[in-house]
Amino acid sequence: MTAEEVMHEMAVILDEVAGVSADQVAMDKSFTDDLEVDSLSMVEVVMAAEDKFGVKIPDEEVKNLRTVGDAVNFIVKSS
Amino acid sequence: MSAHTRVVVTGLGLVTPLGLDVQSTWQAVMDSKSGVRALTEDWASDINSRIAGAIDADLSNVIDKVAARRMDRSSQFAVIAAKQAVADADILSNVDPLRLGVAFGTGIGGLSTVLQQMEILAERGPDRVNPLTVPMIMPNAAAALIELEIGAKAGAHAPVSACATSAEAIAWGTLMIRTGRADVVVVGGTEAVINRLAMAAFAAMRAMSNRNDDPATASRPYDTGRDGFVMSEGAGALVLESLDHAKARNARIYAEIAGYGMTSDAHHIAAPDPDGAGAARAMLAAVADAQSQLSDVVHLNAHATSTPLGDIAEATAVRRAFGSHADRIAVTAPKSSIGHTLGGAGAIESILTILSLVNRVIPKTINISDFDANVELDVVKDAHREIASSEILALNNSFGFGGHNVCIAIRSY
Repeated sequence: MTAEEVMHEMAVILDEVAGVSADQVAMDKSFTDDLEVDSLSMVEVVMAAEDKFGVKIPDEEVKNLRTVGDAVNFIVKSS
Repeated sequence: MSAHTRVVVTGLGLVTPLGLDVQSTWQAVMDSKSGVRALTEDWASDINSRIAGAIDADLSNVIDKVAARRMDRSSQFAVIAAKQAVADADILSNVDPLRLGVAFGTGIGGLSTVLQQMEILAERGPDRVNPLTVPMIMPNAAAALIELEIGAKAGAHAPVSACATSAEAIAWGTLMIRTGRADVVVVGGTEAVINRLAMAAFAAMRAMSNRNDDPATASRPYDTGRDGFVMSEGAGALVLESLDHAKARNARIYAEIAGYGMTSDAHHIAAPDPDGAGAARAMLAAVADAQSQLSDVVHLNAHATSTPLGDIAEATAVRRAFGSHADRIAVTAPKSSIGHTLGGAGAIESILTILSLVNRVIPKTINISDFDANVELDVVKDAHREIASSEILALNNSFGFGGHNVCIAIRSY
């Protein structure tokens, strides 16, 4: 999957799990500061992304995923 | 006895199988409708009781979808009903959050979520369990979510006493205002356990009706053919307010919570005390707490769940408490229309009692084709009955497994 495709799917997940509208989602946006995804919702986002992309995102990696771009790049690299 | 701080009702909210708000539910009760349908879902096919008062309406118009994801269905109903009640009372911009409380319960809680997560745990493992499971299944979830929704900071409580739960919540809210902890309290209760385990479990107790071929008439309190209660789901919410606070802001006042009585049977974990002594004590305590006379009571909204033993035990208790004055109390059993919403019932039925006082009419109990002569009560059954325009006192009974008896005394205002 390309970064663009992953980013599109991440926007779908963020809308469903946290009510973030797709036009807010961009590579440089921070999950907590910009998109107001709380820590429990972040766990849900990670679980949904793991299911969607067939990857494993370990807990110790999640804290490094500050922005949407961090997550997209991790997923592209792992899948 | 010194006078209590007077507590009045200034807002109402309902989510029931008869309607997603107060007006539609009351209209359906007045139209003698039943909210009960056949459970045609696959999971119910081998359960003895396959009927329920299920809410089929789409909730997405009345609750935010992301918020709903984080709530058990029982909490969704609770939040919807509470939002209606606070809007009806126009209270949120008219109360100090430090003086605003919550008392809201559920009989069983997030069982449907437990079952969903158990399935995920079994099929996909612990890593796939929803991180919000704990706040979804905790019994205080509804109270906490309402507290968050309305910004209540005086305290949020979640009384739990099976099918007496939300009547007990009304009592706790009244107590919070009387003792000066709050000026306004949102009270009520909710339930949503029309699922395979709860239906199987109540069926195993032989507590539910098996009249599967005729759902609309299955809940038939006081009829000789009654064979158990009908499971239902829903929530009721009331805004309680000190009379002084309500008057100062010129609020519309529906009725007064004049008193309450709460007792326990110490008889059996599930069966009612056939003597009705504990239930009678609750009714007497409610009238005394209202600083009224037994002869002031003109209406009883009964617990009457349509079980063979329970309906008789309550009738016996009424006779025991009121003696010959029982002949002058007009009784109705709204579970004939709604079914039994367990932890939601006390609040839903107190709201119906209040609407009877406001509209001066007692809706008839439906589905009585052969009245049980062992029930020595004046049951409103053939037609709705008008009530006098004078000041009157009505009672609402709620009893729960465990021998919990709660009676709320409501005075017209």
